[in-house]
Amino acid sequence: MTDPQITTATLWTIMILLGLGTFALRFVFLGMIGDRPMPDWLMRHLRYTAVAVLPGLVAPLVVWPTATDGVLDLPRLAAALTTLAVGYVTKNVLAAIFGGAGMLYLLLWLMG
Amino acid sequence: MTLTTTKSVYWKGVRDGLPFILVVAPFALLFGVVATEAGLNVWETLAFSVVVIAGAAQFTALQLMQENAPTVIVLASALAVNLRMAMYSASLTPHLGATPIWQRALAAYVMVDQSYACSILAYERHHDWTPAQKMAFYFGAVTPVIPVWYAMTVAGALIGSSMPAGLALDFAVPITFIAMIAPALRTLAHQAAALASVILALSFAFVPFNLGLIIAGIGGMIVGAQVELWLNRRAKA
Repeated sequence: MTDPQITTATLWTIMILLGLGTFALRFVFLGMIGDRPMPDWLMRHLRYTAVAVLPGLVAPLVVWPTATDGVLDLPRLAAALTTLAVGYVTKNVLAAIFGGAGMLYLLLWLMG
Repeated sequence: MTLTTTKSVYWKGVRDGLPFILVVAPFALLFGVVATEAGLNVWETLAFSVVVIAGAAQFTALQLMQENAPTVIVLASALAVNLRMAMYSASLTPHLGATPIWQRALAAYVMVDQSYACSILAYERHHDWTPAQKMAFYFGAVTPVIPVWYAMTVAGALIGSSMPAGLALDFAVPITFIAMIAPALRTLAHQAAALASVILALSFAFVPFNLGLIIAGIGGMIVGAQVELWLNRRAKA
C-alpha cells in the first residue's frame, strides 16, 4: 500500500466520535422524540442519503484508482461496471461482489 | 402476556435473523482485511467494529483516513452514510417506544440494516404482539448477527496481515460499495440521486479537504427528493 500511515490519535478520535455519532442517530427517535412523526421533507431527503453519498465516494476510486497512480485502468473499470450490473439485476450483494472480483482477476490475469 | 410467549417470540427472531449471517460475515471479514492493510492492528480493527457496528460507515471512514482527509470530513461523510439509521429509529419508535429506556438504548446500539428490516416486517405481520414481545423479537433477530460481526472482523484482521500482495485489494472497497448501492437503485429517484452524486463527485474532485464528497452527498439527496416529488405529481396527474 502506498497510502500514508493513519496515526493512532486520529484513528481513535474518529472511531470514538463516529461511534457516538452513530449511536446518537440510532437513538434519537427511539429514545428521545417518542412517536411524533418526522416532517415529510426531512424523510424525503433521508431516504436518499445512502445512494447520494456512497456513489460519490466510489466514483473517484473507480475513475482514478490509487493502485495505478490515478490512471484509468480497464480491469478496474470493467470490474466496477460488472459489479453494478450484477447487483442491479440480481439484487444480491454477494453475487455482485463475486461477479466484480471475478471480472477484476480475469482481466488482470489476461492483461498481466 | 406470559414469559413463555415472549421467549418463543425471541427464538422466532433468532430463526428469522439466522440467514443474515451469510450477509454480515463476509463484510466483517473484508473489513478486517482492509483495515489491516490500512495499518490498523487486530485490537484497533476489532474496536472499530465494536464501537461503530456499521459496515458502510466503517469502510467510508477508513477510505477517507487513508486519503488523509480532515477529521471533520471523515466524520461528516461516515455519519451521512449512517443517516438512514435515524430513519429506522423513527419507524421503530411506534413499536418499541413503550419499552424501558435501557432496552431502547441497547436496541439502538445493535441497530443494523438487517435487524431493522426483519423486525419491521415481522411487526406488520403480528399486530397482536406487545411492545415487550416486539423487543424480544428484535433482540432475537440481532443475536446471531452481532457476535458474527465481531468474530469475523477479528478473523479478517488475522488473515489480513498474511495476505499476499497482488490480490488487488485496493479495489475491495469500491467493489463492496458498488455491490451495496446497486440493489438500492430501485426507483428512478434513487437512480437519479446516485447519478448526480457520481457527476458532482467527479466534477468537484479538485475541491480541497474532500469537500467534493459532501457537495456530492447533499446534491444527490436534493436530486433524489426532487425526482420523487416530480414522480408523485406525475402519478397524480
